Amino acid sequence: MLEINNLHAKIEDKDILKGINLNVKAGEVHAIMGPNGSGKSTLASVIAGREDYEVSEGNILLNNEDLEDLAPEERAHKGVFLSFQYPVEIPGVTVTNFIKTAINESRKANGHEELPAKEMLQKIREKAELLDIDRKFLSRSLNEGFSGGEKKRNEIFQMAMLEPKLSILDETDSGLDIDALKVVANGVNKLKSQDNAVVLITHYQRLLEYIVPDYVHVLHDGKIVKSGGKELALELEAKGYDWLK
Amino acid sequence: MSKYTEDDLKKELETKEYEYGFYTDIEADKFPVGLNEDIVRAISKKKNEPEWMTEWRLEAFRVWESMTEPEWANVNYPKPDFQGISYYSAPKQKPQLESLDQVDPELLKTFEKLGISIDEQKRLSNVAVDIVMDSVSVATTFKKTLGEKGIIFCPISEAIQEHPELVKKYIGSVVPTTDNYYAALNSAVFSDGSFCYIPKGVKCPMELSTYFRINEGGTGQFERTLVVADKGSYVSYLEGCTAPARDENQLHAAVVELIALDDAEIKYSTVQNWFPGDKDGKGGVFNFVTKRGLCETNAKISWTQVETGSAVTWKYPSCILKGNNSVGEFYSIAVTNNFQQADTGTKMIHLGKNTKSTIISKGISAGKSQNSYRGLVHVGSRAENARNFSQCDSLLMGNECGAHTFPYIEAKNKTAQIEHEATTSKIGEDQLFYCNQRGIDTDKAIALIVNGFSKEVLNKLPMEFAVEAQKLLEISLEGSVG
Repeated sequence: MLEINNLHAKIEDKDILKGINLNVKAGEVHAIMGPNGSGKSTLASVIAGREDYEVSEGNILLNNEDLEDLAPEERAHKGVFLSFQYPVEIPGVTVTNFIKTAINESRKANGHEELPAKEMLQKIREKAELLDIDRKFLSRSLNEGFSGGEKKRNEIFQMAMLEPKLSILDETDSGLDIDALKVVANGVNKLKSQDNAVVLITHYQRLLEYIVPDYVHVLHDGKIVKSGGKELALELEAKGYDWLK
Repeated sequence: MSKYTEDDLKKELETKEYEYGFYTDIEADKFPVGLNEDIVRAISKKKNEPEWMTEWRLEAFRVWESMTEPEWANVNYPKPDFQGISYYSAPKQKPQLESLDQVDPELLKTFEKLGISIDEQKRLSNVAVDIVMDSVSVATTFKKTLGEKGIIFCPISEAIQEHPELVKKYIGSVVPTTDNYYAALNSAVFSDGSFCYIPKGVKCPMELSTYFRINEGGTGQFERTLVVADKGSYVSYLEGCTAPARDENQLHAAVVELIALDDAEIKYSTVQNWFPGDKDGKGGVFNFVTKRGLCETNAKISWTQVETGSAVTWKYPSCILKGNNSVGEFYSIAVTNNFQQADTGTKMIHLGKNTKSTIISKGISAGKSQNSYRGLVHVGSRAENARNFSQCDSLLMGNECGAHTFPYIEAKNKTAQIEHEATTSKIGEDQLFYCNQRGIDTDKAIALIVNGFSKEVLNKLPMEFAVEAQKLLEISLEGSVG
């Protein structure tokens, strides 16, 4: 599904990613761990196509298609989803209106008609139920005055609605208490399937207790320095990151 | 009105130039340029006005001559040459409106382009339209239905002939001829406009609507609107403007007076889309408007405006809350892009006891434009328990535009409660990237963010107007980031 080859990326002449290789197949969950400043969030942004970063070498393929020339929205239309570490507020735009717009824009880009209002409502109801979201929440302005937990839950709700092929969850566990973390993890687990893939970006092992990865990669100074199974996460928890430097 | 879909919007966005920039080829009956007492008399004569009206105009002209153009607004523009303007222009063919067949086919085509085919309006919607083409009203519909309720809705020139007692009593009673430079000019030379009278206790059964258009090149447009809501009556009045693209600057100096007698309510909504000038700031309409309403006891006046057009806007729809318990409201969205300049806001003059006012102003600036909110809240010494709430929000796009807020507060009564809130925000890269990541492209994202920002005001507009307004916001800001 996702193939990253020798990816180098920089921002304002500062090299951040220095040769990343990663291969994620459909149905898999990969965790990318690493200390602050190792390039985890940069990797997420670069995959999503944020223009602040310049890819200087290497490539990113999604289902064998090079993403390089695609704008962020085009990548989204092809099934890339990024759950943001810090979701932005859009005052006056309700969660429902936002997700409706997002879904219809993707549908149009892929040559489909807009989703009829009735089906849209049905889908919203279904996914809200799946993720245990109060319907009142859906008529609030996007992320405005949301608690940390609500923001992250809203990201997962959007993921559920958009049904992406590749979901990148950037520090989804940050700022969550244990109950909120469980709700979010539970949602991600329910959305996992043989047709999609999840990349979890996290600093701590905590999230991986609830979303169990197939592979764990350690990112350090812009490179993956170690890869392994889920046990690697426990090892990191016990020993910290220093032994890998 | 059929549903406006996103595809319709897309189609519109393909034409980035001002979409109503066409020009109707109608022979016009035009005065020589320049302004003096003879011209004022000639305008009055042309309209077959009674002597009191001619005198009223002449008095205004004399006042105007002694005045100078105001300079305090936060706008810069080449001063119009008032002697280089022709002060009267009317379509030569003056149809008697018994049927649409009598209307100039060119004119009908124009209406079609504007999407306001009278035929459609008649059959499908509940809106009576008094269309002002250039300076003379050429079409009035629904008159009969209104007539049955005793409602008068007609060109002001007609009202001067047929209801002189009403016009004489109220014209200039809220905006006196001496009020300001542009109001004085308007009083002297106004060509036409609308008059509306709602009798005691009558609730107007439909939204009254006027479409203004500037058409003849180099002709100033001076509209005069007078709305009188008698005791206990209600009316909702819609005003929408479009203008053809032009290279030379066009001057528009309208006066709107509203009178809400005891227990009456007037809702006045405007969508203004005069030609704003091109991307380099060339051309565009100068819009210097005086709008004011007077509230008697328990009366209410609500101004709602969506301002997307004009090169320069100078406009402060205001309320004089004279009667006890009267209420004034001002809801405004002002959008400026490219080189547009807007200095707009309101004045809430609290004179009566327990008077209340609300001001919600949303300014959106893009390009190299300057957008100023200027508002006065005045509480007179006898206005016990007056209350005001003001909220002024500014949204900026890019780094070259400006947003300014000039709130003035004068409280002469200790019981007054005045609240003012202001925010300034910027459409950020983060917001745009977030939307992009969800599959929403940048233009659509801006439209979404702007609509969210403007929602409190858009919600105040009547349905059919809200759709048009939303469309205008999106078109006005298309391509303004990135």
